[in-house]
Amino acid sequence: MTAYLDNSATTRCMECVTEKMVRVMREDYGNPSSLHTKGVEAEHYIKEAKKFFAENLKVSEKEIYFTSGGTESNNLALIGTALANQRTGKHLITTRIEHPSVANAMKYLEGLGFSVTYLPVDSKGAVSLEALEKAVCEETILVSVMYVNNEVGSVQPVDEIARMIKEKNTEIKFHVDAIQAYGKYQIHPKREGIDLLSVSGHKIHGPKGIGLLYVNEKVKIRPIIFGGEQQKGIRSGTENVPGIAGIAEAAKVCYERLDEKVGRLYDLKAYFIEGIRKLEGTVVNGETGRDSAPHIVSVSFQGVGSEVLLHALEEKGIYVSAGSACSSNKPSVSQTLQAMGIRKELLGSTLRFSFSEETTQEEIDYCLRELSALLPVLRRYIRR
Amino acid sequence: MFQAFLIKYGEIGVKGKNRYVFEDALISRMKQVLSTVDGTFKISKEQGRIYVETEGVFDYEETVAALQRVFGIVGICPVVLAEDRGYEALSQDVMDYMHRMYEGVTKTFKVHTRRANKRYPLDSMEVNARLGGRILEEFPGLTVDVHHPDIMLHVELRSQICIYSEVIPGPGGMPLGTNGRSMLLLSGGIDSPVAGYMVAKRGVMIDAVYFHAPPYTSERAKEKVVDLARKVARYTGHICLHVINFTDIQMYIYDQCPHDELTIIMRRYMMRIAQQIAADTGCLALVTGESIGQVASQTVPSLAATNDVCTLPVFRPLIAFDKEDIVTIAKKIDTYEISILPYEDCCTTFVAKHPVTKPQVERIRRSEQALSEKIEDMVEEALRTREVIDIE
Repeated sequence: MTAYLDNSATTRCMECVTEKMVRVMREDYGNPSSLHTKGVEAEHYIKEAKKFFAENLKVSEKEIYFTSGGTESNNLALIGTALANQRTGKHLITTRIEHPSVANAMKYLEGLGFSVTYLPVDSKGAVSLEALEKAVCEETILVSVMYVNNEVGSVQPVDEIARMIKEKNTEIKFHVDAIQAYGKYQIHPKREGIDLLSVSGHKIHGPKGIGLLYVNEKVKIRPIIFGGEQQKGIRSGTENVPGIAGIAEAAKVCYERLDEKVGRLYDLKAYFIEGIRKLEGTVVNGETGRDSAPHIVSVSFQGVGSEVLLHALEEKGIYVSAGSACSSNKPSVSQTLQAMGIRKELLGSTLRFSFSEETTQEEIDYCLRELSALLPVLRRYIRR
Repeated sequence: MFQAFLIKYGEIGVKGKNRYVFEDALISRMKQVLSTVDGTFKISKEQGRIYVETEGVFDYEETVAALQRVFGIVGICPVVLAEDRGYEALSQDVMDYMHRMYEGVTKTFKVHTRRANKRYPLDSMEVNARLGGRILEEFPGLTVDVHHPDIMLHVELRSQICIYSEVIPGPGGMPLGTNGRSMLLLSGGIDSPVAGYMVAKRGVMIDAVYFHAPPYTSERAKEKVVDLARKVARYTGHICLHVINFTDIQMYIYDQCPHDELTIIMRRYMMRIAQQIAADTGCLALVTGESIGQVASQTVPSLAATNDVCTLPVFRPLIAFDKEDIVTIAKKIDTYEISILPYEDCCTTFVAKHPVTKPQVERIRRSEQALSEKIEDMVEEALRTREVIDIE
């Protein structure tokens, strides 16, 4: 038996998505910029996708830009907005638990002369509103906060953050990295006061290499990629038509019967956590109830190296992540867990289990069973 | 411009009657590496020299780089070949060559003619003098120095005319396959690939064994070893990589033996297993990347304690090298970047915080007695279930 419990790293592409993409690549393969019918056919997929996302997010079609994925969406949002608005001010605000595609873009902007405030989080991984209130100043032009944290699944109070910064200064732009949240939450940026929103395709059973960025039409933004001026010059480069068709198809399916699917995920999560708590020497990190994301569980296993446990589970066909998969090529201590103040000896003993609508209770049972068998053995053989 | 290479080989020249064995091994290895380069190559042996002739278009840089990985080659000379159409034509060909290579430079030179075709109308001294004279006329920057010239212009009069002045250094050493086969203990570190390279340079073919300890070492750690073996194989030719699942043995030692001796005892079993594979596959020696004092298991007493179980010769080419020198070679053979990728190997997973640095062989042997119940079966099982990966 296998159990793929690493859906926050990536998900399996849906069959209806791959079918659609194959059709685009094999039949409707034109360049959307071409003047002939083939081009028009291809452009049609983009229009259709934009229409879907505009309706889904309740925004306007012209506010949707397609990118190469979450990382580019975050980079474009932060660098593009900061550079376009630097005459208004050079202060940016983010949190200590952001994904590297935000954290490292911020670092880059610091090198260009911007100053950045990194907000602390509490032991549950929620950002401190008090610290945010103190951090906002006249120079502040942009605040970036993730919707759902990718490592522990904490949900940030996006509404309150938006309200707080807009009360201080309506000119401050608010970017939300919704890469782990999209497909799990109904997000309406305009209603929630979000000016820029990042989404990725492969976290919602769509393809890799495609993402999108919603940019409120009032936001001044500069491109970070230059070329043939596609997508109004904000994102040059021939549009990834199969990817765009794919992400739209995946999103469409994701949002069908959303409440039902999310409810099922919360049940699975509660069931899994209950099982984990029965195992000796385990700590579930962050919030666990309905105020946390429905699909992410972070667990520390006392006295067991996370990588060893990961590989032991892998031998049983169970796939999980140690910390966050995007940075786990170099084993470094998780910034998020550190910021949450997780005990030092647990930092290197933490795994992330993440579910999707394809996850079954059988997989969870299997995983719990194998964990209870493996933990005593692994705890016996430790470095001493 | 160049259509051929003259290959210079060093030590082979001094081998007596079996010299042809070495030359043939060299040529066969050259054929092997050139088969991966774009172009058509003809390799010929003629009067104690080896020529690589090319037909049509070929990639010059790639060809030189490939030949630089052939052990036994001391120098690679890019050569211009011309038909013998009389002295005037020869003189013009030489001038064309010189213009292309040395236009406008200020250097000293000497012409060295070899008259292998004994029916050539001019003798070699005359050719030297005439060509030298004309070069002096046409190149104001060049002057003659017969003792230590910057440019040694070789003109060889054979069935064809052969002109060259440049010698690109080769790797030296002995042709592969002239010295049997050895078993390299390959970890994911910096040292062992270098050790394999160095022994192969003496003409020894290499197979390798890697000790894998899942789940303590990851699939990526194994991938890394395969990648390293591929890099080494660029020099050593085909490598048979034996992957031993070492976890059970490691755990058993952990359970039965004093913890501070764990690494030494583990290494003794690695040697034993490597030796068994060597015996099965016709390898005559073991090769390790050990270097005195680098880590606790490589102090002289530790090396002695490890060596205690070896009946085959163990080659440790890095034994007296400093780390920096090893790194220099690792960078040269392009294994360094892979070696420093941070995956645990099975030696570090359970290493004691204070391992023994002065193990006594007697004590270690006594400690190992605690393993007597199961260890032989476990070793046999590990050998039986080993994975064999062919590395080209």
